[in-house]
Amino acid sequence: MTPASAEPRSELATLLFGRLSLDSIPYHEPIILVTFAVAALAGISVLAWITRARAWGWLWRDWFCSIDHKKIGVMYMILGFVMLLRGFADAIMMRAQQAIAFGDSAGYLPPHHYDQIFTAHGVIMIFFVAMPFVTGLMNYIVPLQIGARDVAFPFLNNFSFWMTTAGALLVMLSLFVGEFATTGWLAFPPLSGADYSPGVGVDYYIWALQIAGVGTLLSGVNLIVTIVKMRAPGMGLMKMPVFTWTALCTNVLIVAAFPVLTAVLLLLGLDRTVGTNFFTNDFGGNPMMYVNMIWIWGHPEVYILILPLFGVFSEVVSTFSGKRLFGYTSMVYATVVITILSYLVWLHHFFTMGSGASVNSFFGITTMIISIPTGAKLFNWLFTMYRGRIRFELPMLWMMGFMFTFVVGGMTGVLLAVPPADFVLHNSLFLIAHFHNVIIGGVVFGVFAAVSYWYPKVFGFHLDVFWGKVSFWCWQVGFLFAFMPLYVLGLMGVTRRVSHFEDSSLQPFFIVAAFGAVLIGCGILASLIQFYVSHQRREQLRDVSGDPWDGRTLEWATSSPPPEYNFAFTPRVHDIDAWWDMKRGGYQRPTAGFMPIHMPKGTSAGIILAGISAVLGFALIWHIWWLAVTGFAGLVGFAIFHTFNLDRDFHIPADEVARVEDARTRALAATGA
Amino acid sequence: MRFAATVSLLALASLLSGCNWVTLNASGDIARQQGDLIVVSTVLMLLIVVPVMALTGWFAWHYRASNKRATYTPDWHHSTQLELVIWSAPLLIIIALGAVTWISTHTLDPFRKLDRIDEARAVPADVQPLKVQVVALDWKWLFIYPDYGIATVNELAAPIDVPIEFQLTASTVMNTFYVPTLAGMIYTMPAMETRLHAVINKVGDYEGMSAHYSGAGFSDMRFRFKGMDGADFDQWVAKVRETPAELSRDEYLRLERPSAKEAARHYGKVVEGLYDAALNLCVDKTKMCMRDMMAIDARGGLGLANVYNVAHLSHDAERRRGHDIGPPDSYVSALCSVPADAYMSPVDPPSYGRVRLAP
Repeated sequence: MTPASAEPRSELATLLFGRLSLDSIPYHEPIILVTFAVAALAGISVLAWITRARAWGWLWRDWFCSIDHKKIGVMYMILGFVMLLRGFADAIMMRAQQAIAFGDSAGYLPPHHYDQIFTAHGVIMIFFVAMPFVTGLMNYIVPLQIGARDVAFPFLNNFSFWMTTAGALLVMLSLFVGEFATTGWLAFPPLSGADYSPGVGVDYYIWALQIAGVGTLLSGVNLIVTIVKMRAPGMGLMKMPVFTWTALCTNVLIVAAFPVLTAVLLLLGLDRTVGTNFFTNDFGGNPMMYVNMIWIWGHPEVYILILPLFGVFSEVVSTFSGKRLFGYTSMVYATVVITILSYLVWLHHFFTMGSGASVNSFFGITTMIISIPTGAKLFNWLFTMYRGRIRFELPMLWMMGFMFTFVVGGMTGVLLAVPPADFVLHNSLFLIAHFHNVIIGGVVFGVFAAVSYWYPKVFGFHLDVFWGKVSFWCWQVGFLFAFMPLYVLGLMGVTRRVSHFEDSSLQPFFIVAAFGAVLIGCGILASLIQFYVSHQRREQLRDVSGDPWDGRTLEWATSSPPPEYNFAFTPRVHDIDAWWDMKRGGYQRPTAGFMPIHMPKGTSAGIILAGISAVLGFALIWHIWWLAVTGFAGLVGFAIFHTFNLDRDFHIPADEVARVEDARTRALAATGA
Repeated sequence: MRFAATVSLLALASLLSGCNWVTLNASGDIARQQGDLIVVSTVLMLLIVVPVMALTGWFAWHYRASNKRATYTPDWHHSTQLELVIWSAPLLIIIALGAVTWISTHTLDPFRKLDRIDEARAVPADVQPLKVQVVALDWKWLFIYPDYGIATVNELAAPIDVPIEFQLTASTVMNTFYVPTLAGMIYTMPAMETRLHAVINKVGDYEGMSAHYSGAGFSDMRFRFKGMDGADFDQWVAKVRETPAELSRDEYLRLERPSAKEAARHYGKVVEGLYDAALNLCVDKTKMCMRDMMAIDARGGLGLANVYNVAHLSHDAERRRGHDIGPPDSYVSALCSVPADAYMSPVDPPSYGRVRLAP
């Protein structure tokens, strides 16, 4: 809470700075102060390092302004990892608080700080860790898998990334200027209304998500068009790799669900900022409507996160079993059925709000029905392994971890879909254990499988196996220690978001859970070490072939890392697993006859527009109206100005293509491939 | 993997001995049925989860690359029989679970009146249910007993084996009313009412809480729930009645202000219609009750027609051609005043000390 100033503010100060004042900076909270010092130091050293390496121009031209889907994909993944560190810091603080705050001990976090932490943890992990990871993977891999040279709208792609980053920036800023919401990650009114949350926390929440939401929605449109319109000749829908299929379904979900979130947050923002009464208790407002609408977005969001990782696991299991995916068709139909059903289940998030028994049973049963196609998927992966030759490389290890972990999470999920059981377990730690079970076991393990699977494609060298295994085991065992106690606690009637307990017999469980969180921390640390060690040993870990795993899909047909134009000639597709089919058919790499390649040109418009959006968001959060008006005008003006930029494309000359391809031919010859 | 699993299982087993699985071993019939349902559903699902895990482990081991004796069929990718099993096995489980769900959701609906006290006993005809009105305040619980004209804060008592009917609402933000040993949770929401029917079967002092985050004082928003035998409950009621404190409208408005960790408190008298006023956001008499506002809106509101008094000038609209002439537009032309307060005077309140329940 911003401490009230002793004297009233002058009108001029309010006009210039809105609600912002020196008191908004939480310099009286030592934890935040130390965090700020560490963040500032780390930030300054990174900036200094970039300056010393004279890398600013390169970074700006080749990365920030790049509209190459591969570079944008990598930047998404980096954003996801950075935000994972922040989200995990929140997690470990919560675990530490709950491990010590019993009886007379109030712990080290006052409720106001603790409540911000659990809100920030949820928001960051979903919107700024899982979403960038998923979007980054799709961005990098989908165009390669369908034999395309870029996405359909390359500039939009760059703009989407920077909008997501601008949202993340605002969330990070709330740590040091003002406060974050203390409402829980979905900010239910009336608690999140202006009367019960008067500070800037909920405004940070609203505007960070609105700005990032623009990015998510545009990237969804972009990838749908890419997949529908830009597949290589011969690649019918039923010949698409499964990852691309899941990406298509996820983006359809994004495009259909995110506008609901935008609308509901807009209404909440209007309630808070201009005094409308959509979700207030009085004047005919209806808070239930918010709960209803946000879950209409919220449930499909769960599938937006998990579907692409189902795709990853499909790719991984068939590659490392050396076998074609079992039941491709049923896999595709299962994905589509999940996509459709995910819209028919949202009410299971509020069985306990008093809907009638028939409504509750309807939504309970639709939820259970989703487990049928999901179960079919598990069986399909299982029978892909059957009669295979399974190589337990890193991606396959994560896959195995997923298979064992996810079935448990799926089972507890179906249990929660039984309304009378949900009456007991809703808002309990059992629920917390359930969704971490599916999100860590599904999404996080999937992302790590994907990263270790495609890393050689992206950077041209493998990830270090030893540190990868350390990371895997820390995550797997840490997950068990961190969340199995929460299942037990939930069955003991312990509920979520509590910062202080009276019953000290619960303490051992929370200590075990905190130990699990520390193990997961070791897992994260091990993967950071893994990146560093792999980079140091990159010459030993080098892959020249471009196809290190004996892959099956088109991304393995090109070099590692792929050239800017992905494919010198657009491949022709005759079968599922196009690259496997090409290898079998005695495919010869073309070494002559190259043509100029038409490519889009980088632009700074994306980062500038997103920068203005961040300023606009900041102004709206702090009620600095002159800046908001200026920012909005600037945003519209610059967008119009950008439309006059007609210098948007160029041709890579045939000589240049020939030079790149010849270099690869020589490299391949040198390794004897 | 297996080693890690064993270690963690052992660690868990040592922890679990001696802990209180209240949701699976509840003292109230509703919570016990819900707990049983958790067990039944889990067992049903284990029918498919255990084979999947076992097969995963076995396939992973048997078809490892170093085992050259295992069959390898790189192109085998379809089998209609297997597909049938893959889709129908989960389907069968879900049909069974769906049937269980449909039935149990209806029988355990919190809005439904109880028809049994426990597995063996139906609700006797001569037992009057105990009525409790619950208001979740920032950050404490108010319980009003309308039949006795008494109220308590952060302490709830009920006679065993007697159906309890809760009416629940909240003063500012959402909370949930949750007594794990009694029944599953139900939301309490401002200007809205939910209901809960439950029964406690064992004497005891249990914990109740809010399970939905509601702000800074949420963590300590707990209360004691006391299951008493009938005679003890009657005594408890008599004791609360003797408390001099009175819950007037003004006292309620003081009580509802945010405060945390409140000790249990009793009120010997409660002003008439307090719960209803809290539900309608009009304990403060200067406010219009939601009930009245909705009634006005339902009758056409206090719109322009009233302000300018133009309705009686309307002529043509009521004679439009091609339309049936419907009921005339209605609007509200006057509001009535609120009667003076009186304290509740219970008439023939139930006493549970004499209740005889069928064995």
